[in-house]
Amino acid sequence: MTEFKALFDTYSWEEVKQSIYAKTAANVERALASGKRSLEDFKALISPAAEPYLEQMAQMSHAISQKRFGKVIQLYVPLYLSNECNNICTYCGFSFDNKVRRKTLSEKEILQEVAAIKKMGYDHVLLVTGEANHTVHVDYFKKALDLVMPHFSNVSMEVQPLDQDEYEALIPKGLHAVLVYQETYHREDYKIHHPKGKKSNFDYRLGTPDRLGRAGIHKMGLGVLIGLEDWRTDSFFTALHLSYLEKQYWKSKYSISFPRLRPFSGGLEPKVNMDDRELVQLICAYRIFNEEVELSLSTRESEVFRNNVLKLGITSMSAGSKTNPGGYAVEPQALEQFEIDDERSPAQIAQMIKAQGYEPVWKDWDVALSQ
Amino acid sequence: MQKDIKKLKIGGVEFNSRLFTGTGKFSSTEMMEQSILASGSELVTVALKRVDVRNHEQDDLLDKLRHPHIKLLPNTSGVRNAKEAIFAAQLAREALDTNLIKLEIHPDPKYLMPDPIETLQATEALAKLGFVVMPYIHADPVLCKRLEDAGTAAVMPLGSPIGSNKGLKTIDFLEIIIEQSNVPVIVDAGIGAPSDAAKAMEMGADAVLVNTAIAVSPDPIAMGEAFKMAVIAGRMAHEAKLAPQYSSAKASSPLTSFLYD
Repeated sequence: MTEFKALFDTYSWEEVKQSIYAKTAANVERALASGKRSLEDFKALISPAAEPYLEQMAQMSHAISQKRFGKVIQLYVPLYLSNECNNICTYCGFSFDNKVRRKTLSEKEILQEVAAIKKMGYDHVLLVTGEANHTVHVDYFKKALDLVMPHFSNVSMEVQPLDQDEYEALIPKGLHAVLVYQETYHREDYKIHHPKGKKSNFDYRLGTPDRLGRAGIHKMGLGVLIGLEDWRTDSFFTALHLSYLEKQYWKSKYSISFPRLRPFSGGLEPKVNMDDRELVQLICAYRIFNEEVELSLSTRESEVFRNNVLKLGITSMSAGSKTNPGGYAVEPQALEQFEIDDERSPAQIAQMIKAQGYEPVWKDWDVALSQ
Repeated sequence: MQKDIKKLKIGGVEFNSRLFTGTGKFSSTEMMEQSILASGSELVTVALKRVDVRNHEQDDLLDKLRHPHIKLLPNTSGVRNAKEAIFAAQLAREALDTNLIKLEIHPDPKYLMPDPIETLQATEALAKLGFVVMPYIHADPVLCKRLEDAGTAAVMPLGSPIGSNKGLKTIDFLEIIIEQSNVPVIVDAGIGAPSDAAKAMEMGADAVLVNTAIAVSPDPIAMGEAFKMAVIAGRMAHEAKLAPQYSSAKASSPLTSFLYD
């Protein structure tokens, strides 16, 4: 059984980091000029040496994205089912040691939230929870999927990592995609940020995409939480992971997110700051490196930023998001996982997308396709 | 006055235009409608996953395609095997009231490469169920003959990877397919410029299907019209028969003159 860990263990964080920072303008120009870009090219594109090439990268990323994905942006919305969590994560509002009221939506409440989301026009939904294996477990997810599926064309999940047989039980219920972010590929730092709970097991999390691939998931989402460690090195490992998975599980589709650490009540200050220019560089680097991967941008980012990066390679966006269970209808005032920045409604976002000459897409899947 | 080109017949339906188009990647449904109208296309493929087939009366995309000269060609994009494709085709037939189905089975979501084995199986099953099957396939001459045996209504070999705009990279295989085929050959995928479409038609393809090259152009309406003209020109040239090509000038020292001495 192939596992990414075997490949991952052959790399050293420090060596990768040094090689990224040693890239030169010549390396960047070579990467931009080549047809198929290698992982070494990707390193050059995310390196400080690529900063003077940002406009060229943006033009290229824009053109490649339009060719592959067209002038369209997919819209989706998160539905937070629970903020119960047994993990301590130093950066998260749901962290076990954060003294807040916990809530897990009942079946009736899930349907109330579904109704509110449907009113906003959504057809693609992302179910989100913390990690509380005693209450929010596979049986809960099965029930949630049964409740939610009849109302949406496409349902994804961002919950705790599960075993392969658990994914195999959820996929026939209509589960389309699973997002599991590694947070950081820096093994030692990972331990510091996840001192307690099941999530502190770095290797179990690292092996999650392999389990998803073996279970035959349609799509999986990768990423790191930007701000925990050197973003360039972490992004290289994300790209390495992606390349490995694409070869290994060639029937699955992949998406990448690049969440920047956002403030929450009593939270952690980012160790590494990534400015807007660097995030644009990263988005363009991913697109130039991999023409087919989906790139997703959440409401963590500001209005101005989202308006402007839409054309640079992004393929999907959320809008009007609430990051607390019950946030749309049941209990709009409860604790959020993180503060959102772009607070515009889905209708406003759709209008903005149209104004930029793009079509907002609400539906791009059908449950009939996986029957 | 322009000479009329021969009509194309697929599964009992006649088409004046030999340019088939798609509906993806446009900046708006209005732009899509205008571009398709400018292209003169009479057969437009629609991904089942993009439309609300259960409430198709209210679907904005389908609404824009309601023109008397336009027929819908639902496609199964997104399915990974024959079983899923057959289910999706039946749903499309029920909802959109058409027997036409563009069979797309690409288990590989990265390059969208068609699976020949599943496609052959699904074609056989769907043909038995009375569908007019139009499968998207590699430019594989043997597969085309196998599909004919399985009851396909047409074959749709790719010119180059879908969405790549790279033109007719498979030209040598397309020539063999066109030569041998008893069903219409529609070159699908990869056609990036009107000259590619004209070339395919000159070679004797029965039609071409173009989406990305029109939708992603900065002026999709003008590009739709450009493709319309290119397809007509290519077809007319094919019907008129091209003058033969000579790679060198005629030899000045004949080799057979001794026979007449």
